[in-house]
Amino acid sequence: MNQELEQTIRQQFPDAVLAATDCKGTLLITIKADQLLPVCRFVRDSLEFDFPDCVTGIDTGKELEVVYTLWSTVRDNDLSIKVVLPYDAPEVDSVTEVWKGANWHEREVYDLLGVRFRNHPDLRRILLPESFQGHPLRKEYQETD
Amino acid sequence: MILSNGAVAQQDGNPKPAQHTVLFAKAADLFDFVKDWARTNSLWPLGFGLACCAIEMMATAAARYDLDRFGAGLFRPSPRQSDVMIVAGTVTKKMADPIRLLYQQMAEPRYVIAMGACAMSGGPYWDSYNVVKGVDKILPVDIYVAGCPARPENLINGILELQRKIRGEIG
Amino acid sequence: MDQPSNQALHRHPTPEQEHGLKTEELLLNMGPQHPSTHGVLRLILHIEGEVVLDADPDIGYLHRGMEKLAERRTYAQVLPLTDRNDYLAAMSNNQVYCQAVEKLAGIEVPERAHFIRVVVNELGRIASHLVWLGTFALDLGAMSVFLYCFREREVLLSLFEEICGARMTYSYIRVGGVPWDVPDGWADRVRQFLDYLLPRLDENDALLTGNEVFLSRTQGVGVLDPRLAINYGVSGPSLRGSGPQFDVRRDDPYAVYDRLDFDIPYQTTGDCLGRYLVRVEEMRQSARIVRQALDLMPEGPIMAKMPRVFRPPAGEVYTRVESPRGLLGVYLVSDGGTNPFRLKWRAPSFANLQVLPEIVRGWKIADVVAILGSIDIVLGDIDR
Repeated sequence: MNQELEQTIRQQFPDAVLAATDCKGTLLITIKADQLLPVCRFVRDSLEFDFPDCVTGIDTGKELEVVYTLWSTVRDNDLSIKVVLPYDAPEVDSVTEVWKGANWHEREVYDLLGVRFRNHPDLRRILLPESFQGHPLRKEYQETD
Repeated sequence: MILSNGAVAQQDGNPKPAQHTVLFAKAADLFDFVKDWARTNSLWPLGFGLACCAIEMMATAAARYDLDRFGAGLFRPSPRQSDVMIVAGTVTKKMADPIRLLYQQMAEPRYVIAMGACAMSGGPYWDSYNVVKGVDKILPVDIYVAGCPARPENLINGILELQRKIRGEIG
Repeated sequence: MDQPSNQALHRHPTPEQEHGLKTEELLLNMGPQHPSTHGVLRLILHIEGEVVLDADPDIGYLHRGMEKLAERRTYAQVLPLTDRNDYLAAMSNNQVYCQAVEKLAGIEVPERAHFIRVVVNELGRIASHLVWLGTFALDLGAMSVFLYCFREREVLLSLFEEICGARMTYSYIRVGGVPWDVPDGWADRVRQFLDYLLPRLDENDALLTGNEVFLSRTQGVGVLDPRLAINYGVSGPSLRGSGPQFDVRRDDPYAVYDRLDFDIPYQTTGDCLGRYLVRVEEMRQSARIVRQALDLMPEGPIMAKMPRVFRPPAGEVYTRVESPRGLLGVYLVSDGGTNPFRLKWRAPSFANLQVLPEIVRGWKIADVVAILGSIDIVLGDIDR
């Protein structure tokens, strides 16, 4: 099923897919950051990935990655979409208009890793107080006390 | 005159076991006795649980461990009406200000029990960026109850120790 | 495709709409210290009279930075941290973490360990739902049910204490299996407990479900549209109370759930009563699962052969389990070292709480308590 999934997405967005790997049964596709919103709309509407499972922010030490894991309640299958963002411009479109559940997940990635989501309805810190300085989940973060 | 907590030597040199008869030197001692008896046997805790220890606090108040038989079972939602604040759980930096506010709103005499490893010293999260290493960094604590989470028996022991402290028998 | 919304459902009119009274919008702070917020949650309610116009949850009062701490601890040392996230269902937390590590490293867990895991996971579900039932009833004013549920739960906690030494935060499910086998006679004591529990569950159910006051406070209150729920990522009984029968044990099976026979309870009303009925029935289904698992449990080893210094290969994996609150997931990234490189905890309560502003609009302040209780959140899970 994952083979077909990969083929369908590559056919629809031939220049957006940078890589596709199998992560122990889950298809993980890495796409260009500026193509995120059209790809997400497509996987929700045409491929029936209706459930926003998880939005993970990762600091690899060289760049920032955001992984969107989706689940399809119709097909009982999942899909992970990864975008890679440079440290000096960690910005990507928000997918809140596609899945409302991504709202708080994106706020958390912003809070803890400093990734900015364009057109997010309410981008502010969610877990840490507003006065907190820094983004703790970054590898370079040093505690102040 | 003899008070109830003394150990008086007997003829053979062994200490006499503590008597339960109470005799008072002056009326002030009688007043102290009644005041301490009233305070210790109706300690109303503030209904204030932060994390996992809060569930054990609820279990202590519930059927098997029944905190109410020590007079401490009536959890009040408002700090104005409570005597003791049982800080049950991890104190984060975001929560530190509300905890201080609550403590300031309690009327004296007020006591604080730090329940669980997190409230005592930060617990398993001691090296986190958002955790205060023990509630005694922001409040004066009377009794420390250890455990992760602290067992109900241990919390009851803590309440009894607090009662002894109020009566002046310890610390 | 247009977005699903909750617009068409029942609402209270504001005093201005109903009586023409001039009112002002008031900001009311509920929490972080409040008897009914189930932890340190702050709800900023915008109210007009008694009617709630909006609710803005302010979370993070229990944010302990567990994901960052996980990067500084070895895989074994992270396990006690996972217990304390959703502290009411610690077995599910251990299960999802160990499942993620085992999936990443390709560790084969022995079959007996899988059955033991299923048994303790389901007993944990019963324990968690008993706490939920007690506190939900307490919020609505039924104090007796709280004491009865905790009485039942104490028997269950004694069983847990027998098997692993702890009442609430177990660290019993370890990477590779379980560390100690079930004690002699434990299986019989569990069966006795289930025989003791089910009639009492019916009693508690009868105390509440037929009760006029309980029904008027929960029936038709806080209705959640199923398409909106899925779009928000709501899972667990909060989702199944609205209709969709999405359960990870059935749709993405793990451990040995695919060999066991059980029903997924669901309701279609989407109100607080529907979510309540789903959880009560789930307790009965969990009892059914435990009995089957105890009967089918094979003999054999309980722990896979694990190296002394454990370094899983580099890679990333996502795995999910059905915790009592919903879909609990872990995204684990490894760089080949002894510590996780990135551990992301997908908390079900975090996603479920997001939908709260949608379903409290138009209800009264007292209904907020009922609706919040029916979603069943644990702040340790939300804030991590």
